[in-house]
Amino acid sequence: MAADEPRRNLPPLQLHIPEPKFRPGDEADFSDIEVPPAGETPRPDTAAPHDAMRGHAYGLVRVLDDDHKAVGPWDPKLDADTLRKMLRAMALTRAYDQRMFRAQRQGKTSFYMKCTGEEAVAIAATFALDRDDMTFPSYRQQGILIARDWSLVDMMNQVYSNKKDRLKGRQLPIMYSTKQGAFFSISGNLATQFPQAVGWAMASAAKGDTRIAATWTGEGSSAEGDFHSACTFAAVYKAPVIMNVVNNQWAISSFSGFAGAEQTTFAARAVGYGIAGLRVDGNDALAVYAATQWAAERARTNNGPTLIEHFTYRAEGHSTSDDPSQYRSADEAAEWPLGDPIARLKNHLIGLGEWTEEKQEAMDQEVAEQVKTAAKQAEKNGILGHGLHHPLETMFEEVFEEMPWHLREQEEEMLAENRAANNVAKTR
Amino acid sequence: MSEENKPQETKPKNMIQAINSAMDVAMDRDPNVCVFGEDVGYYGGVFRATAGLQEKYGKTRAFDTPINECGIIGVAVGMATYGLRPVAEIQFADYIYPGLDQIVSEAARLRYRSAGEFTVPMVIRSPFGGGIFGGQTHSQSPESIFTHICGIKTVIPSTPYDAKGLLIAAIEDPDPVVFFEPKRIYNGPFDGHYDEPVQPWSKHPASAVPDEHYVIPLGKANTLREGNDVTLLVYGTMVHVALRAVEELGVDADVIDLRTLLPLDIEAIENSVKKTGRCVIMHEATRTSGFGAELAALVQERCFYHLEAPVQRVTGYDTPYPHSLEWAYFPGPVRTRLALERVMEDVSGQV
Repeated sequence: MAADEPRRNLPPLQLHIPEPKFRPGDEADFSDIEVPPAGETPRPDTAAPHDAMRGHAYGLVRVLDDDHKAVGPWDPKLDADTLRKMLRAMALTRAYDQRMFRAQRQGKTSFYMKCTGEEAVAIAATFALDRDDMTFPSYRQQGILIARDWSLVDMMNQVYSNKKDRLKGRQLPIMYSTKQGAFFSISGNLATQFPQAVGWAMASAAKGDTRIAATWTGEGSSAEGDFHSACTFAAVYKAPVIMNVVNNQWAISSFSGFAGAEQTTFAARAVGYGIAGLRVDGNDALAVYAATQWAAERARTNNGPTLIEHFTYRAEGHSTSDDPSQYRSADEAAEWPLGDPIARLKNHLIGLGEWTEEKQEAMDQEVAEQVKTAAKQAEKNGILGHGLHHPLETMFEEVFEEMPWHLREQEEEMLAENRAANNVAKTR
Repeated sequence: MSEENKPQETKPKNMIQAINSAMDVAMDRDPNVCVFGEDVGYYGGVFRATAGLQEKYGKTRAFDTPINECGIIGVAVGMATYGLRPVAEIQFADYIYPGLDQIVSEAARLRYRSAGEFTVPMVIRSPFGGGIFGGQTHSQSPESIFTHICGIKTVIPSTPYDAKGLLIAAIEDPDPVVFFEPKRIYNGPFDGHYDEPVQPWSKHPASAVPDEHYVIPLGKANTLREGNDVTLLVYGTMVHVALRAVEELGVDADVIDLRTLLPLDIEAIENSVKKTGRCVIMHEATRTSGFGAELAALVQERCFYHLEAPVQRVTGYDTPYPHSLEWAYFPGPVRTRLALERVMEDVSGQV
């Protein structure tokens, strides 16, 4: 029977297709977003039963108030040195992003992704973790490496896929990996790292280790089955893992409503799984630090996993391949009610009398110089497409530990093809 | 061999017992080996492959999981990168698809994309194949999906002896291995004659499975029977169908049990086909883009001028595995005989 023939005396069904509040040309007005005052949310004991803290999944943990003071029970009471280090890591990350974005525009690499506006999510969390806690990031947590003082030149070598790229030019730019940095190989397939982080944490627990795992995904990718698999396993085995959902409002051009944000919060997913859920002001570095510290202590004391939603805003495009002016209002970033994470931490330090605008300016220049110096060094190792790649033979290495005959044969074919092409590519 | 190293006389083992023994031995030797999956822990698996392992090695090394193949495999990948050697069971190969991304994009590629820093020494065990009236969701043979993926090994045993040696090799292997267990031959070497009672494994020499550790290296085929007229390339259940068919028809055949599809023992294949000049490839899986297509391509690439007849394929049809028409679907004795007759015709058309 054709669907357009009315059959019964009933109102027709209607399919709901979510629509963001603002499109290009609209004035962004976020006055309907509920922002509870800083310091209001109680801080439960880290061993608290998950069902005693359901409100936390719908609230918003905030530490920095409108006057940039740290208030309330979640204030991690960090010393000024630590705060300055955190601020510097965030500024360095932003400077790094700017430089590498420009490098892509200059044709030095194929692709880049910034984390502008959401630096606190990775960096403050990393400060709250131990150096050997294992991180399973998505593609927008370069801040973890920078917070762990990882070499910028090493990161850039990866972005340029050059001859010093430890990953041998195999991965899309920004898909870093370092076992030494306790930073798991980034996948382009979304949320696959979630069950892996849970598995790593389960192994750590099974072995009586003391290290925990932390993982990040975007709110858009939290719709993936992997996310839900991870939540189920984390809950069932009380895995010592912190699962972060970075709700930056946009998944390329799809607003958070396509991942379910019109109906509930992302932290509220935790309620259904029976795990602790925290919803945090992701642009408040102290709140991110405090929530991570809380979740880490919970995990380390065998009280199970925590799901943290970081409420933030993706201030720039998804990647160098994206043009957000095509699908969202241009003034959203400026109107974002939770401000900019770097400005807020800076103002907090100034309020403490531990920092000044002049020092900030000097630091910004200093980190820009640091990035520039690193870029020059990395570019000596080559940029994408300029011949300074790893030798051709590396294509066939590490598919398996030992190369089977069929790969050996194909490698010979490749080398013959390269000879037929007048040795266009570099070999050993 | 010194007295203490001499394998003890043991009771014959069927395929399940051999697989169980492989995991037992591996867990005993390496505290990083752990097994898990749906119904795997307390109950010991719906096919009993992990029976007794939880009792012996504890709940953190042999445990039940949620019904979530993506989670089982994703968690196994994470455990493997931690340093464990997980052996994950997917209850039926037909259920493996929700976990496919974690196999294809993650387990198989981590060594490569991390330039060797993160590796996945993991085994996914899964009963596969039909012949048990499992209908279309308990009968599939998806091996060619996995041989198509770079970075993963695919192993299929055909006897209890091989199952144990190959599974231990798979567990000790540094790379991810998909280990498909032909469930129709768990209890006996079913040869396609569904109207006859199946002999139990205890009457078959390959049921003499030592209790000790031993390894059958991955990538080595096993020539089960030598002949001069035709080469049969087989694995899993089809090994026994092939052996019975050539015996019944009096064909002078090489029967090669591939055991590992990837890496493949190309030398054994090439030497045999060059000798016989004829080749029949058998698998239970659907035909189009099945592993037989790869084998046929390799045979023609390497042995074309030795071939005296077109390469024949004996396979399942390109339909879902039908429940009531199971034996019409299964590539059994008649389909094998017709293929052998075709391949034995010479170019003049005479048999």
